[in-house]
This record gives sequence, structure tokens and C-alpha cells, in this order.
Amino acid sequence: MNTLIAITGLGVLCLLFEILNFRKAIIPITIIGLLAVLGFITMSEYNTPMSYYNNMIVVTQFSSSFSALFIILTVFLIALSHDFYEEHQTKISDFIAIKIFMLAGGVAMVSFGNLAMFFLGIEILSISLYILAASDRLNIKSNEAGMKYFLMGSFASGIILFGICLIYGAMGTFDIAEITDWSQSAELPSWFPIGVTLVTIGMLFKIAAVPFHFWAPDVYEGSPTMTTATMSTLVKVIAIATLFKIMTAMNAELSDAFINIIIVISIASMTVGNIMALRQNNVKRMLAFSGISHAGFMLMTLLTMSSSSASLLYYAAAYSLAGIAAFAVILYACKNKNNEDITNFNGLGKTSPILAATLTAALLSMAGIPIFAGFFAKLFLFNQTIQAGYLIIVIAAVINSIISVGYYFKLILAMYTKEPNEEVTKIPFVIHAVALVSIVLNIAIGLFPSAVLDLLG
Amino acid sequence: MDVTTLLIILFVGAFATYFSGDKWAPKVALLISLAAFAGTICLLSQYNSGQEISYFKIWISKPAVFISFYADGLTLAMLLLTTALIPIIIYSSFGNNYKNAKAFYALILFMTFAMTGTFLATDGLLYYVFWELSLIPIYFIALIWGNGDAEKRKKAVVKFFIYTLAGSLFMLIAFVYLYQKANSFLIGDLVKANLSSTEQFWIFLAFFLAYAIKIPLIPFHTWQAKVYQKAPTVGTMLLSGIMLKMGLYSVIRWQLPIAPLAAKEFMSLFIGLGLVGVIYGSIVALRQKDLKKLLAYSSLAHVGLIAAGCYTLTLDGLRGAVLQMIAHGFVVVGLFLVAEIIYRRYETRTISEMGGIRSQSPKLTSMFMLLVLASVALPSTFNFVGEFTVLYSLSQINIWFALLGGTTIILGAYYMLKMFQHVMLGETNVKIFNDVTFNEGLSLVLIIAVLFFFGLYPKPIMDLISPSLENIITLINRIN
Repeated sequence: MNTLIAITGLGVLCLLFEILNFRKAIIPITIIGLLAVLGFITMSEYNTPMSYYNNMIVVTQFSSSFSALFIILTVFLIALSHDFYEEHQTKISDFIAIKIFMLAGGVAMVSFGNLAMFFLGIEILSISLYILAASDRLNIKSNEAGMKYFLMGSFASGIILFGICLIYGAMGTFDIAEITDWSQSAELPSWFPIGVTLVTIGMLFKIAAVPFHFWAPDVYEGSPTMTTATMSTLVKVIAIATLFKIMTAMNAELSDAFINIIIVISIASMTVGNIMALRQNNVKRMLAFSGISHAGFMLMTLLTMSSSSASLLYYAAAYSLAGIAAFAVILYACKNKNNEDITNFNGLGKTSPILAATLTAALLSMAGIPIFAGFFAKLFLFNQTIQAGYLIIVIAAVINSIISVGYYFKLILAMYTKEPNEEVTKIPFVIHAVALVSIVLNIAIGLFPSAVLDLLG
Repeated sequence: MDVTTLLIILFVGAFATYFSGDKWAPKVALLISLAAFAGTICLLSQYNSGQEISYFKIWISKPAVFISFYADGLTLAMLLLTTALIPIIIYSSFGNNYKNAKAFYALILFMTFAMTGTFLATDGLLYYVFWELSLIPIYFIALIWGNGDAEKRKKAVVKFFIYTLAGSLFMLIAFVYLYQKANSFLIGDLVKANLSSTEQFWIFLAFFLAYAIKIPLIPFHTWQAKVYQKAPTVGTMLLSGIMLKMGLYSVIRWQLPIAPLAAKEFMSLFIGLGLVGVIYGSIVALRQKDLKKLLAYSSLAHVGLIAAGCYTLTLDGLRGAVLQMIAHGFVVVGLFLVAEIIYRRYETRTISEMGGIRSQSPKLTSMFMLLVLASVALPSTFNFVGEFTVLYSLSQINIWFALLGGTTIILGAYYMLKMFQHVMLGETNVKIFNDVTFNEGLSLVLIIAVLFFFGLYPKPIMDLISPSLENIITLINRIN
């Protein structure tokens, strides 16, 4: 609870700085603020699970661990903002504040104890994202992306709301604890599963799982790169954690139909995402599709919900840290270019070996090569899933891992075998710092997986 | 001192090489590799005097994964092969000036680190991590420092990477499946897992996919010749001299003891696959115009015979296979080095453009002759000991196997001598051919010395590997 309040307060503070003409200090102060929240408040909340305001917010180990991950990701994203919004200095406070509010929405989404709070969280997050997607207001593509995302997103929100209504109709309460108790009983009104299905569909929209993924590539491509980075790392992780939490609360894994649907959606997401990614030349679109396939991987945790929260946290951390490192390099390579084609990366291995090595490491992590965390994430996932007896989906996942190497390597090949097209521009310090720190974190949790896994033992 | 020291030397050495700068990198790398060799010798003497050299520590609590390194005679033999070849490989590359040498030599040492880890690890997951890790450096070595047309090279190298990765991912599934049965990835527990023969069959197959691609066995060999040709010679040496031994070693260490029932049931099939490789490799080698490709196919033939020896499941077969692995490692590195020496002077790998080298450089010619003779398993060379033992074990299974396997010697002699004749003899080429330089000569002499010394006196290696291979045979013949 205090995490949520502190983050919101930080967001308000950001807006105040603008009035006080304190613009230059915004980024450092927010980063320090977020780290302080992480270090003092979230850590202590992890040790003392509690519920607040008539179960509106329930702080558990699950919620604080995921909140911690979200905060770390936001810190990286905000650090990158300085460079990205160089030409929009006057609006920097808005951009930062919106990101902080988005984080607040995300924290609410993993720590809700009531469906009303769940929906509030989704809306706070989504509305912030609509704004960010359209934030390059003179660029027609960004406008298109914002509009598309808004239409699709509000549609999904509507479906979720409808689902919540049906659940309320079945249960007579919004309280998650009570719903969890009652959903175990044998006699449930038939609209309860319908409600659960609708909520699932709405959330799958937000995650961009097949077949609800059509908005993702266009929105990713059109949005400013900074927003794409946010969407494909932070938001994706938030959405999947929320889906996991709400499905656990609804005891969805008791239903065979649900399990079958998840298997189908998961395999479809992995396969479609990967095969479409093979055809892309635009890096942002490619990562959008790769994100879809990773969503498919993470959906596998829904098959074994009672025991897989730790592997979900691990996968989410591995994926998003690699994503941040990759986007830091993309932000540099595609700066001041009007597209994000792979050709922009030609010869990066020669012009800036450190960034090229970081991007390589990030892509290898996503492809699941040891010693990067992505490998262990997949391993724990496979282990869990085989243990529950779903060998088929693991084999599908492995085949998809092999396909994914195909397009990740396109980028690596461009960096190391092509000649650079132009003169080197100076690499800003923050890009180096963010890329290196996030990849080092990625490798560190690869070397010491227990540090993350034991959080949700 | 335990086995981790060796890994630490190589790992830290890789970084030290990178930070020493382009000028010093080759020398630092050589020094590190010699240190690693010295380390292996120390380990060997400690092992012989019965001291504990293994290392065991918990890594991940759930699922239970251990940092478990263990060295018996078999492992030590592989370590000796690796750490003895690496200094030779590095030293022989001094004649080339590689761009960005610090990264090049750092990658070589890093790859050595990964391969050493693969040989040492006895926890399935740890082993898998090292196994995969060794793929990344060789990928970059072949991609960046390779030769020939960039587009074609890219294609060949990416195919190699995806191929090997695909194979090993199925091995990963097998390991994860085994973990459910044994609740541990340790080899000691995995062999105790109660597996039905169907389960064993599928696990055997998953392992086989990984190893058959790495070794490579027919029909998974299609990546090999192109990558050997396109990679820089150092990369080819690493691939053919050491990396493919990882696959063969893993067959003996992991595949056979974990799934012995399947291995016994389909024994003829897998021996057959190896022998098909022998004949196919030899016949294709006959028709090669490119020297490196010819050596690649001859390597395919020899490796097929080694694999056939492993799958006989007899002590002689395994022993011969291990001996031949070591012998083949040395001889193939020597042959590729000769190809590189010729390339440094003539800038060609096409056999028809060579010729007449003998009159200009007698030293190279005689050393090449000795290597060719070793490669065709002339008695008194190390290769003879290995190949003969394997053929003997094959004849115990079925005399036809031995006859088919024996063609490797006949066909091998034919294409190797024919190649030698075209490359070295004949009319004097217009181009001037300088005789070997000091470091080229020293590398070749060392290799030849090893081949003939152990050819005449194989007992030390035999004594080293026999006890561990006997243990493995007991594991294979156990009754669950």
C-alpha cells in the first residue's frame, strides 16, 4: 500500500517540479525516489503481508516482488528518457509523470484485493499508455498508433468490465478473497465461467496474445521508440502478472476447458509471433512479434498456477531486463533516423563494440542461450510444465526457441558482418549505463537464479 | 588444487587476453594456454596419487542443481587432449595477423573454458550450460574471422548454429524429463532412475540428435564441410580437433549409461549409421577439389568409425574410440595446419593449383607425409592403435561391420595419398614456396612427436582411461 502511495506522490511531485522550474533535476530525483521506494518501502512490505482499506489493496509476497521488478524497469526507462526527450525539454515533466503514474497503475494491478481496484489499475495504466503512444504529436504514425491502441484498448477494457459484471452477478461480491473461496464450490452459476472468460479475453488483448495481437505490431512501430520500449518490457510484464493473479484468484486451473484454451493460445502465440517475426525488417516490429511469442511462453505458467509464480517472476525479469538492454541500443542506433530498419545496425560491432556486445547478449538471452537468464527462465518453465504432464506444449516451445534464433541472429549478423554506413555519433553515457547495468543484472540472475526464485518460494 | 582451478585459469585468462590489447593478445593467450596445460598435468599427477580433485557445491536449490565437477581417467584424457592442443593451435596461428586479435584470442580461450567445463561437469544442467556456451565463441570466430564470400559464410555459420542448437534443445528436454524421474540432474542419480524401455528409447533419441549433429554423423553432417571450409583455420582446428570430441565423449559419459537398454536394442542401427558415415565420407572425399573440404570429409569418415566403436558397448570399442578420439584430434589439427601453411604462401585451397612443393620445401613435405601416414593409420602411429582396436571390437559384433569399417583405411590411403601427390609432388609451381617457419615447424613437430610416441607406447593412455571405461561398461550392463 505504501509503495502505491509513495509512487503516486512521486508522480505528483514531478508535476510540481515543472511549476517550480526545477526541470533539470526531475530525472535524477525521480530515479533516486524510485530506488528509495524500492529499498525502504517495498522491501519492508515484502516481509509484512497485509491488507488495507477493506481488502481493496492486499499486499502479498507476490505483489511486492512484482512491484519491485516494475520499479526497477521504470528506473531504467526513466534514465533513458533524458536522452530521448532532449528536444522536448519543456514537456519532460509530463513524460516522466505519466510513466510514474503508469507504474502506479501497474502496482495496483498486482496488489488489488477487489475487482474494482483491478479495473482502476488497468485504466490508469492504459490511459497513460494511450497518451505515450500518441506523444509524438506531429508524427502521423504516432497519431495512428495512439488512435489504434486507444480503440483496441478501450474495447478490451469494455470486455473486462463486462466480465467483472458477470462475476459480480454470480458471486455477489467484488472481493477477491471471497470469490476465491466460492469459486471452489461445485455449483457455480453458468455466467461465472463466462465472466472469467471475458476477463481473460480482455487481458489477452492487453498482453497481445494470439489471436488478440493484431494491434501490437502497428502500435509498436508507430509509437515513439521510448514508448515501444515501455510497452514491450514493463507493460507486457505487468499485464501477464495481472492475468496470472486474477486467474489464480478465480481458480481457473480447475477447469479443463480453461487449460485447453491456454494450451492452444500459448502455442498459437509462440508460433505466430515467431513466424511473423522472421519476415520483419523493422526492428520494432520484429520485437513486437518476438514479444508476442514470449507472451506465449509466459502463458504456459497458467497451466500450473499453484506452483509457478516464481518461474513467472523469473521469466518476466529475464525477458524484460534483456528487453531494456536491447531497447537502449535501439534507441541509440535509430536516433534521428526516420525508420528502424535492420540496416541501421550495420557495422555496430565496429563502431561501438560495447553496445553491439550488449545487444548480442540481450538477443541471446531472449533466444534462451545459457548463461543468460533467458535460458534459465525457459528451463524452469519447461521443468514446471513437464512436471505437470504437458510434454506437448514444451516440445512446441522448444521448436519455437529454435525458430526464434533465426530472426535474433539477423540483427547480430547485421552488426558484425556488414560495414557501417556512416560516421559514429557520440554515445550518451546513460545509454551505456542502462544497457550495461540491465544486461549485467540479467547475467547475474542467470548465475544466481535462487535470488529471484526464492522470493516466491 | 582441484579442477576448478583449471576453469578459473581459462576464464580469467580469456578476459586478461582481451584487456592486454591487440599487440600482446597472442602471447598472453599462449601463456594462459600453457598454464592450463601445466594445470592439467598437475591434476593428472594428483589423480594418479589418489588425491581428491573434484568439486561439489549446491547452485540452485529448486530445481536442485549442483556445481559438480568430477574428473576420472576418461575426463583427464579429454582434458589433456584439449589443453595440449590449444597451445599448439594458438602458437601455429602466429603466422597470421588477425584483425582485432584481442577479441579473437579471448574467444579461443573462452571456448576452451566452455569445452573444459563440458568435459568436467557431472550435473546434467551444468553440463548443458557449458555445452551451449561453447557454441557462442565458435560462432563468432567462424563468422567474423572466416574466409570466402561473406554471404555464403554467413549462411553456413548460421545453419551450423541453428542446427546444433536445435539438437541440444532436445537434449535439454530429455534432461528435464529425467529430472522428474530422478529429482536430480547428477549423472549418478540419473543412471539410477527407473526408466521403462520406451522412455529410454525417446531419451536415447533426444541425446542422439544432439550428439549426432555435433559429431557429426550421417545424416546430420550437412553443416560440416561448409563450416570447416569457411571458418578460419584456427576455428576449423577447434571444431574438428576438440569440439566434435565433446559429442563423442558425451555419448560415452551420458548417453550410453543413461539409456543402455535402447543402446543395446538398436546397436546395429547406430553402428550402421557410423559405418555409412565412414564409406560416404571416404567416397565424397575422393572427389573434393578443395583441400580443406577434403580434410573435412576425411574427418567425417574417421569420426563415423569412432562413433561405431562407441556404440559397440564393449570395453574394446570404447577404449579404441577414446584412443582414436585423441589421435584424430592431433592428426586433424596437423593436417589443417599444413593446409593453412600452404594457403599462407599460395593463397589457394584448390588442390589443382598446388603442386611441386616438395622440391622447394623438403621439411614441410616430410612432415606432411608423416601426418598423412598417421591419418591413414599406418602401424606405429597412434591412429593405428585406435583404429585397430575399434575394428577389432566391431569384428566381435559382426565380421561385416569390421570389413566395412576397414574400408576407411583402404579408401583413406587412396584419397590421402592422391591428395599428397597432387599437392606436394609434380611439376614445380611458378610461385616461390618458402619452407616452414620456426613456429609452423615446431607446431608440426610436436604433433608428429605425440602421434608417434603414443603409437609406439600407448600404455600410459590405456592405463589412464581403462578403469573409468570399465566403470562405464558396468553401468551399461547393470540391471535395473
